[in-house]
Amino acid sequence: MAESAEGEAGFAIHPMDQFIVRPLFGDGPVHWYTVTNVTLWMALTVLVVSLLLVVGSRGRVLVPSRMQSVAELLYGFVYKMVEDVAGKDGARYFPYIMTVFCFVLPANVLGLLPMSFTTTSHIAVTAVLAVAVFASVTAIGFLKHGTHFLGLFWISSAPLPLRPVLAVIEVLSYFVRPVSHSIRLAGNMMAGHAVIKVFAGFAGALGVASVFPVVAITAVYGLEVLVAFIQAYVFTILTCVYLRDALHPSH
Amino acid sequence: MATEAQGAESAAGMPQLDFATFPNQVFWLVVTLVALYLILSRVALPRIAAVLAERRGSITNDIAAAEELGLRAREAETAYQKALADARAEAGRIVVKARAEIQKDLDAAVARADTEIAAKAVESQERIAAIRASAAASVGEVAREVAREIVQAFGTGADGRSVAAAVTQRMKG
Repeated sequence: MAESAEGEAGFAIHPMDQFIVRPLFGDGPVHWYTVTNVTLWMALTVLVVSLLLVVGSRGRVLVPSRMQSVAELLYGFVYKMVEDVAGKDGARYFPYIMTVFCFVLPANVLGLLPMSFTTTSHIAVTAVLAVAVFASVTAIGFLKHGTHFLGLFWISSAPLPLRPVLAVIEVLSYFVRPVSHSIRLAGNMMAGHAVIKVFAGFAGALGVASVFPVVAITAVYGLEVLVAFIQAYVFTILTCVYLRDALHPSH
Repeated sequence: MATEAQGAESAAGMPQLDFATFPNQVFWLVVTLVALYLILSRVALPRIAAVLAERRGSITNDIAAAEELGLRAREAETAYQKALADARAEAGRIVVKARAEIQKDLDAAVARADTEIAAKAVESQERIAAIRASAAASVGEVAREVAREIVQAFGTGADGRSVAAAVTQRMKG
């Protein structure tokens, strides 16, 4: 909002400034080891998860406290998703999928705090997550089924002449998976935050009429809360779907 | 694009495409994911799983215990019903026995009373017969007296003995 206040002459809104990676201390260049706002908000993500799942379940009581029941709900939600989508043998990979979910969801939600930095709005972050999922799922597929895993691309229920064509399409779509997987999350997070920032810039410039942008910000914010949860859910359930394909490659 | 620019100067484009920051983000993401994975897999998930399993176990145990208690209650009820039926049968038996005893006593008393009554009746019969005999004798006596008096009143000389004989003769006839 500082930047829109100073830009009285031009209409200087910088909706993308919130995504800039800055060193947390000083103003030097960003090396790979530099402690940046990325570090801060990822650390806060870890803190939130630890508070909820570790401190929340500290009591280990039979009749759960409020925090513990939220932790149990989260656990049950992801566990059931893994079991339902990836199958019973997918439950082995539950800790990994829980890790993904426990990173994406708090990161999305923390990003909704004013002045915060949304780590999941960066394609670098979501791409690493998506590529990690892609690589491990492919590895699991080949380790479990060997070359039978390639049956995933050879649709035996289709007529024989069509199969090579379908195989090409299947292979292409398989390799597009990490791209769509990562861009979906980063794009959703970035777009909403940028829209809110644009409306905020209007609000700073319009004076009394800024009621409208403020109402719009409220509405978009509500939508963004929904999107934060839905995108975390979508990212996780797609991970489960890819895992199922690796565990049961036959269609 | 903003690939060359650092930090704040890259505001014009998309900071997401500022590749200079990629190593930093990837490094901290990996650190975060490893930390999260360790926290979750070492502490949080086993603990929550244990709590959930414990809860499931205790619910199962409670249900089993409740079923057992219910079974025992049903057993107690059947035992109670059985005891009730037994008591009722016993009471019936006692009643029958008591009735038989009373009947026996009653029969004995009735028999004794009957014999007493019979004895009394015989005695009475005898006394009635004695009274009747004495009455008959008195009637003879009176008749003789009266006859003698009458005969004397007529002035006929007849002795007492013949008159008596004649009266006795008439009375027999």
